Amino acid sequence: METISDCCESLRSSVASRRALLLGGASFAAWAYLPKFARAADGRDPRLVVIILRGALDGLATVAPTGDPDYAGLHGAIALSSSGPNAALPLDNFFSLHPAMPEFSRMYREKKAAVIHAVATSYRDRSHFDGQDVLESGFAGPGRVQSGWLNRALEGLPKGERVTSALAVGPTTPLVLRGAAPTVGWAPVAVPQAAEDTAMRLLELYQHRDPVLASALKQGLALDKAAQGDDMKPKPGTTGAGAMRLVARGAAKLMAADDGPRIGALAFDGWDTHANEGGPVGRLAQLLGGLDGALAEFETGLGARWRDAVIVVATEFGRTARINGTQGTDHGTGTVTLLAGGAVKGGRVIADWPGLKPANLYQGRDLAPTTDLRAVMKGVLKDQFGLAERALAENVFPDSSAVKPMQGLVA
Amino acid sequence: MARDSQAALVALNRFGFGARGGASGDFLNAASDPRGFVKAELTRANGVLLEVPGLQSTPALGKAVFDYQFEIQQARDAAAKSAPPAPESQPSPDTKAQRRNLSLNSIAMDMAPKEASKEQTAKPPENPDAAMAPAETMRPNAPKPPPPPLNIIQKTFRAEALARLQRAVIADCGFAERLVVFWSNHFCISANKGGPARMWAGSFEREAIRPYVLGRFADMLKAVEQHPAMLFFLDNQQSLGPDSRAGKNRNRGLNENLAREILELHALGVGGGYSQEDVTSLANVITGWTYAGRLGQLGPPGSFVFNANAHQPGAQRVMGKIYDAPGVAQGEAVLADIARHPSTAKFIAGKFARHFVADDPPPSLVTRLADVFTETDGDLKALATALVDSDEAWKAPLAKMRSPYEFLVASGRLLAQIPNDPGRYLNGLNALGQPLWAPAGPNGFPDTNAAWAAPEGIKLRLDISAQIASRLAEGVDPRDLLELVAADAASAETRRTIERAESRQQALALLLMSPEFQRR
Repeated sequence: METISDCCESLRSSVASRRALLLGGASFAAWAYLPKFARAADGRDPRLVVIILRGALDGLATVAPTGDPDYAGLHGAIALSSSGPNAALPLDNFFSLHPAMPEFSRMYREKKAAVIHAVATSYRDRSHFDGQDVLESGFAGPGRVQSGWLNRALEGLPKGERVTSALAVGPTTPLVLRGAAPTVGWAPVAVPQAAEDTAMRLLELYQHRDPVLASALKQGLALDKAAQGDDMKPKPGTTGAGAMRLVARGAAKLMAADDGPRIGALAFDGWDTHANEGGPVGRLAQLLGGLDGALAEFETGLGARWRDAVIVVATEFGRTARINGTQGTDHGTGTVTLLAGGAVKGGRVIADWPGLKPANLYQGRDLAPTTDLRAVMKGVLKDQFGLAERALAENVFPDSSAVKPMQGLVA
Repeated sequence: MARDSQAALVALNRFGFGARGGASGDFLNAASDPRGFVKAELTRANGVLLEVPGLQSTPALGKAVFDYQFEIQQARDAAAKSAPPAPESQPSPDTKAQRRNLSLNSIAMDMAPKEASKEQTAKPPENPDAAMAPAETMRPNAPKPPPPPLNIIQKTFRAEALARLQRAVIADCGFAERLVVFWSNHFCISANKGGPARMWAGSFEREAIRPYVLGRFADMLKAVEQHPAMLFFLDNQQSLGPDSRAGKNRNRGLNENLAREILELHALGVGGGYSQEDVTSLANVITGWTYAGRLGQLGPPGSFVFNANAHQPGAQRVMGKIYDAPGVAQGEAVLADIARHPSTAKFIAGKFARHFVADDPPPSLVTRLADVFTETDGDLKALATALVDSDEAWKAPLAKMRSPYEFLVASGRLLAQIPNDPGRYLNGLNALGQPLWAPAGPNGFPDTNAAWAAPEGIKLRLDISAQIASRLAEGVDPRDLLELVAADAASAETRRTIERAESRQQALALLLMSPEFQRR
């Protein structure tokens, strides 16, 4: 098993590395089919990537309301400032972007990136796991974890050829993409492969004795086959921002191919910044830098397809407006959603800003949500893939007819 | 006899870590008295303890890790003084905190390998593919550099891992060890939190989990929440009562992290009847629950201490009850009450049944386990006994996937490989998405088939099985091993697949991947 220990050297070399915890958990999954889009009419070939940030992103630290008179007091020592060293990057007269995100800032100036602020799912409690379930399942409340909204959206699309260019394998599929529509996954792990003959014999055994495992193995094998000769094996010890970039690069390469999947999801762990969150530099800054790098990898890797791409970055909920006693933030409510991609009608911060006065805070502690995240997702799905409003309200996001798709997010 | 063999599979795989190879006779013993085989380990309370020469107490390990981190910091400070300051290295808010020794995890962060910090500050290279390519493709003929020597944290972690793995591989049935793994995952910490967490991952389990696995839930809850590893993992050592002396002096205050997870993950469960106010109140109640630092001002370094200076003064209302005891007793009273709360009984019973029996366990079983939990005031031995005594646990089909840990340990047992180095296991667990003592979040590793039977995961298991087989198939007869694993409970198809394999290696890989070996 020498080779196995090679590929897993990261476990040992990162033993003392906090970044391994923060960023090691990164994975990518995509729809296993190539949808039949009517391309002839306008030549568009849309791509959609959903990036889930697990742990609850501090929206007020990512896109800071530096123009709100109450912001600096609430965010205290870790507040961003629009002037001085490490100044936040101005987006408009009111909002500034975290300085660790120069690429997103550039995309924003090029009108290829947008921010939706004071946004939240319909979930109003503060459990990560329930919050993530709501964010990813698309149901109004927790407890429904059989399928995710992106998977149900796929069921509404005309199914084409099976994707054959998937790269390799990774251990799990994010809930958002779990469900009846088959998906494929990839994460940077490298283990020497079993002989094909052994795999075929096992498959035959499973087909007789264990249909569930037969189906799983069959899919796993199809993926592996496509991965032969790939150059995406991770560098030993890759953690942190590098891991985010690496996963994004692999995903972009996969999705850029003519016969590659059009729709995929990534999950990055580690955003639960209870202590020592840091301001312009520090823990969150490193994470945001990794995310920024991942967005840039998509831009580069998708090549000509970037023009028709939308990337949505979302998290389960926000964090407290006021920092806690340990220079961090506890679980909150309203936060930001980021859009990037050539198809985004960008250069805008879309927000019905609730203000940060004590009376305006949700339960006196969190940024009050004024936009339902489902409106954003619906708007993107509608514009990008032409999904009907009714399907969005009934199947993709059940019981959500009151939440109308946000108009004009895609150019 | 056929029915007994099926029961033996349940005893060995659902409750235990699988049959051992060699002349253990595990399968025959389990088949002749399945319940007795499982329950035998419950009568040996001391058997759950892990007392291995060389493994040290949490304070001793704490002192070692603090001293180690202090030396590194000293060396870094000295180097910084002698070199001109780099433009990025201006002081961050963390720097001050470090000086006050408040922020051990930020120190751990500074201990990241040099390579990683380079990667973080370096500009992205023009051709990113070249930078990310494996070293060997860039320099095909370059000899591999020897691995750097292990530091005290790495050595400790590996010694603790080895002791746990050896115990799991040699245990008779493994039911007690399975219980340890269940509770350890329920009350998980992550070694990836930083140096102290990795240092204490093993001692946490030895001290806060094992002594109570056949004891009382309330005692385990208290031991866990007062263990330095948990206090560090969920930031409580940094949480200060806003009106406490330390809170006022330092202008710092509350951190809700531990309080929330106590209610949500450790005891009541989501929807267990607590509110945000209860979280905040409990966070206030347990301010001052910390551990002594390197200088030992509050007690022996690395031991649990109550720091009255950090404790929020006054009474608190949690779940509708006023707690006005002074000091550490206030929090202990809250823990004692939530340990016997009906929501806790329900939450634990459901999770316990889901782990051992089925993703959707029979409601009658869950109800009975919750009743036993309540009636015995959280006697975990009674809970485990009730599970083994239930008919449901023996009737439910063997449909759950073994977790990666269960799979690798079962392989080791069958092949009689008592490890003398944990490396292979640690690497395998890492590849399969279950790195030892390092789940991605405080909710621990998942416990459902959806998590472990995913296409990518199954293919990886096959690859790892093939690796194991290529190393260990010489000199074993996989047909004999199948007898040890399942005897006449093995399906005709599995038997035929193994008999017709083209080599011992292939046969062994197929045996390790067979439903009889993967399902429990």
